[in-house]
Amino acid sequence: MSINDFLAILPVLVVLVTGVLVMVADVFLPEGRKGIAALLSGLGLAAGLGAALAAVPSTGTAFAGMVVADGFSLFLDALFAAVGLVGIGLAYDYFKRMRLQRGEYYTLLLFSIGGMMLMGHANDLVMFFLALELLSIPLYILSGFFRARLASQEAALKYFLLGAFSSGFVLYGIAMVFGGTASINLEGIVAAVRDGSANLTFLLVGAALLVVGFAFKVSAVPFHAWTPDVYEGAPSPLTGFMSSATKAAGFAALIRLLLVVFPALGENLAPVVSGLAALTMIAGNLIALVQTNIKRLLAYSSIAHAGYLLIGLVAVNSSAAGDAVAAMLFYLVGYAIANLGAWSVVVAAEQAEGRGLELEDYSGLGRKYPWLGVAMLVFMLSFIGVPLTLGFWGKLYLFRVALESGLFGLAVIGIAASLVSAYYYLRVVVYMFFRDGEGVARRDVWLNLIAIGSAAAVVLMALVPGDLLQVAAQAVLRVP
Amino acid sequence: MTAETLFPLVPWVVLIPLAGILINLLAGRALGERGVGLVASLAALGSFAVSVLLAVGLAQQPEGQSLLLARWMSIGSLNVDWAFRVDTLSVTMMLVVSGVGTLIHIYSIGYMHDDTRHNGDPARFRRFFLYLNLFIAAMMVLVSADNYLMMFVGWEGVGLCSYLLIGFWFEKGEAGLGNARAAKKAFVVNRIGDLGFLIAMFTMFWAFGSLSFGEVLPRAAEAAPAVLLAITLFFLLAVTGKSAQLPLFTWLPDAMAGPTPVSALIHAATMVTAGVYLVARSLPIFAAAPAAQSAVLWVGALTALFAATIAVAQTDIKRVLAFSTISQLGFMVAAVGMGAVVAGMFHLITHAFFKALLFLGAGSVILGMERGHERHAQAHDGHHGGFDPQDMRFMGGLRSRMPVTFWVYLIGGLALAGVAPLSGFFSKDEILAAAEQVSPAVFVVLLIAALLTAFYVARQLALVFFGQGRSEAARAATESSPVITVPLGILAALAAVGGALNLPGSHLLGDWLHHTVEPLVEAGFNPLTAGIALVIALAGLGLGWLLYGRSPLTRAEEPDPLAVRLKGLFTWLRRKWYVDEIYNALFVTPYTRLSQMLAGPVDQGLIDGVVNGAGGMARLLGNLGRSLQNGYVRSYALIMLVGVALIFTFLLAR
Amino acid sequence: MLQEYLPLLIIFLIALLVGIIAMLLGYLFGPKRPTRRKSAPYESGMVPYGPGRRRMSVRFYLIAVLFILFDIEVIFVISWATVVRQVGVPGLIAMAIFLGLLEVAHLYAWKKGALEWE
Repeated sequence: MSINDFLAILPVLVVLVTGVLVMVADVFLPEGRKGIAALLSGLGLAAGLGAALAAVPSTGTAFAGMVVADGFSLFLDALFAAVGLVGIGLAYDYFKRMRLQRGEYYTLLLFSIGGMMLMGHANDLVMFFLALELLSIPLYILSGFFRARLASQEAALKYFLLGAFSSGFVLYGIAMVFGGTASINLEGIVAAVRDGSANLTFLLVGAALLVVGFAFKVSAVPFHAWTPDVYEGAPSPLTGFMSSATKAAGFAALIRLLLVVFPALGENLAPVVSGLAALTMIAGNLIALVQTNIKRLLAYSSIAHAGYLLIGLVAVNSSAAGDAVAAMLFYLVGYAIANLGAWSVVVAAEQAEGRGLELEDYSGLGRKYPWLGVAMLVFMLSFIGVPLTLGFWGKLYLFRVALESGLFGLAVIGIAASLVSAYYYLRVVVYMFFRDGEGVARRDVWLNLIAIGSAAAVVLMALVPGDLLQVAAQAVLRVP
Repeated sequence: MTAETLFPLVPWVVLIPLAGILINLLAGRALGERGVGLVASLAALGSFAVSVLLAVGLAQQPEGQSLLLARWMSIGSLNVDWAFRVDTLSVTMMLVVSGVGTLIHIYSIGYMHDDTRHNGDPARFRRFFLYLNLFIAAMMVLVSADNYLMMFVGWEGVGLCSYLLIGFWFEKGEAGLGNARAAKKAFVVNRIGDLGFLIAMFTMFWAFGSLSFGEVLPRAAEAAPAVLLAITLFFLLAVTGKSAQLPLFTWLPDAMAGPTPVSALIHAATMVTAGVYLVARSLPIFAAAPAAQSAVLWVGALTALFAATIAVAQTDIKRVLAFSTISQLGFMVAAVGMGAVVAGMFHLITHAFFKALLFLGAGSVILGMERGHERHAQAHDGHHGGFDPQDMRFMGGLRSRMPVTFWVYLIGGLALAGVAPLSGFFSKDEILAAAEQVSPAVFVVLLIAALLTAFYVARQLALVFFGQGRSEAARAATESSPVITVPLGILAALAAVGGALNLPGSHLLGDWLHHTVEPLVEAGFNPLTAGIALVIALAGLGLGWLLYGRSPLTRAEEPDPLAVRLKGLFTWLRRKWYVDEIYNALFVTPYTRLSQMLAGPVDQGLIDGVVNGAGGMARLLGNLGRSLQNGYVRSYALIMLVGVALIFTFLLAR
Repeated sequence: MLQEYLPLLIIFLIALLVGIIAMLLGYLFGPKRPTRRKSAPYESGMVPYGPGRRRMSVRFYLIAVLFILFDIEVIFVISWATVVRQVGVPGLIAMAIFLGLLEVAHLYAWKKGALEWE
């Protein structure tokens, strides 16, 4: 253990230490001054973001091969820190308004972000599990943050029970992989496969179980059932954060496992992931059609987008692997921006006691608050994948990768599903602009900033997608 | 300052106007009318300053440079960047656009102050300047692009601004729809041309595998002749749309529904010349397709003549100028069609000066008439219904009421007519000299057009400024304020001495452009053609004076002297050869019928039926999926377990 | 490949079978004479009073959870102590960090009043 070990995961450490500091500071903060906790957390995340951006992308392992630092993990560090910053912006005014300002929210959020970052750094199956639990447990608690609200409690319990169930799969998968290769270190596993000492049947069973466990985290059908209920019950700012960040963390694990550890199993796993992708795209979009609650609608939308991303995951084991990873990261960033923006509108429109969440409540909102309305329009268009938005380029790159790797069927399903999705996304816009209603929204500086800033980013970044893809393409994984 | 440090400034020609938009959008209300105008004008001026700096850089390193700003898209073999081209051709266009643009911004502060009040909505002042800055930004993208796709972005952007500004008073005009209809017409007609641009780009990418100037133009001659012909002819279609040439010119006269500064900036000086720039920029491709070249040449020449005949018979002060613009654009297109790029660009520049001057002068006249009308209405407490401040029949005698406007208008008019030594004389003469070398027939056509040009200039001057006022408004008109007359003065000076850019003998502009494009025809100064042109111009002016100036009209109701002599033909000219009516009968009406058929039975019946069926099916499936979502954790866990079981069954069955 | 593990499976099945058979035999042949005393809940010989399920103060759970947490965490210290010489100074630092975190948690629980009974 040397200083270099700590430097390798500096962004993670910064975030986690800030989390501890906020926890301690919080107990000394008087009621009503909890904004300081939010500020402190924001500073910590900004420092983490800075550490990730300033770091020189080197590839190497640390802590005796437990963690790895490479371009991929740095990219994700920056992504999670940025999403976390926005998550705090979403939460601050909301909890003040709901009279639920507690410093624990920020502490737990930071721990969860630390777990997500660690997921990108994991180089050992036990690290994967630790990171998974570190990111999940705070989210279970935060889902039930509205202790007085029944829906929130229910969400927390459901999430916890099903999450524990899926963790079981992950653990079982780790055991199986260990049984097959006598190693839990990624390098060791790869070496065992290479020199032929591995038991491939066990390895396959283990890999499949790991895929199932992480498919739960990215809410792929049929492991998605928790998503709508939890997204609906959890506090809206948390849902916004969770749907953007957790998905990225889950895919980070899946990408590293499928690309680095189990390339030999690609032949067997690819059909499984293809099936998940097709099922997720179809089911997510179809069920979203009949939703009337904005949070549930966005929940199914998040499921649907996981489906598109899974296409990229199938292509990870093809010759276009590099392109596939870049396209997925690009898509994750584009989705995170639009999604956080959309949730900022939801947070702004939500009223006390969970009112203001039905689509009906959005009637006339766009004309009354033109900035929010236009921003929401941009997000919805980006979700559909209309040109001139970041979502368009994300889908374009993903589908191109699909075609390059010969996944014509999945690309066709993806395009058809996108067409279907236009219906429910545009319905939100129709309500906002073409229906008359009494909708009210909160005028908060941070929320407006997030909404308008995200909308601007979605449009402006769509002008230079080539450069962004270049950045994503530099986020390469270390291959032992 | 060296070229290496100056060239990287080029993105700012676009970014500064965008910054102006941002400021006015966010803080416009707080800034007030004065602040908004100032910010917008400064943005245009900033763009001009950058263009000047680029020109300074080019003076040291005339071959120019391409600068990459960002990667735009890279899909398969298609790589398109946000890249700027700094060379003498593009910087010349930038200077014209931002220079004339700045003057028109300043002028607009005064003009729109009055105009928004006259039309009863001062709040629209800010919107006008937002659009105007957006136009400058889009136009700068168009001329500074380093590839055809980015150029197309600017091409569409200026089209959008044109649409927005023509319909600026969208609720005004004939039956409350006139202006909106004019805007729509401009948009739709331009769309036909844009389609040509798109197809040309597709063909180009298919043939060359690239859309970048630097890769396509040097290899232009390599492609098959048929491919080149397709590319160039579709580009020609784009040119006829944007630059209002035959057969797509019909939108430009209607575009005069926009506020006058818009007519000056967009529909005379800058946007409509984009087609000329496109041909000049793509000259290597056109040079490799001689058939397309002669097509361009003849389209330009015929447009020049055709529009000039119509201009002779118009009564609306701005419509005369609109048809004159079409005619002069015809001269430019003919010039670049011949390959006489320098002559074409030269005329583009001088035309930008004197036509902007004429339009702004016309605007000043219109404002003067409106002021006169209001003063008269106040004094007599009466209201004259149906007053049109743009109808030349109601004007007359404004020379004494608006002396400054008169003098600058006179300079602009004589420059347009081609009277030496004003700028129009030199540039038009170069085109004529080139035509004389290339094709005698074109030479004759252009000479007739020049004769008509001088004639309608004289007619307009006589009707507007000489004789006596033929309405109360004309008799009570007053001179405009300095914020309007000062830009007019500057433009008048430019229109007068603009010819110095490319005087016979010095050939400043020619040498400057040589670094970028090699003209196919060297249009030298030919004393004989210059003499003929001058004689023709003076003859036209004299003819006009004979008809209109010697015995001026005294009452608005008096018939036009030309109508008395030409009888039926004059009606044809006034009705623009019935082109609009023919287009309506041939295209618009059948198309509307077809659309109604498609919208009614086909779409609402057939397609909606299918779509609703599919939608209902999807909803059914969605509801089915929702029923699985029953809220019980045990069900959810079961669903997961079934998923796992399925996966393992699959894996073991393999 | 899985065939190597076939004996294991057979042992599992035999064990399962033996258990089931034993229970089945008892059920079939055992005498069943229930009385009131016999079917009452067993409370270490005391006469049961009240229902078997009673509400307990949530404080018991809180204290219990905290105890388990800290108790288990401390087990790490024992394993560290056995190899303290081998892991040396880095080990010492790691343990300091670990205990520091534990203390932070303790501080938090303390300040939040989780250790107070009232």
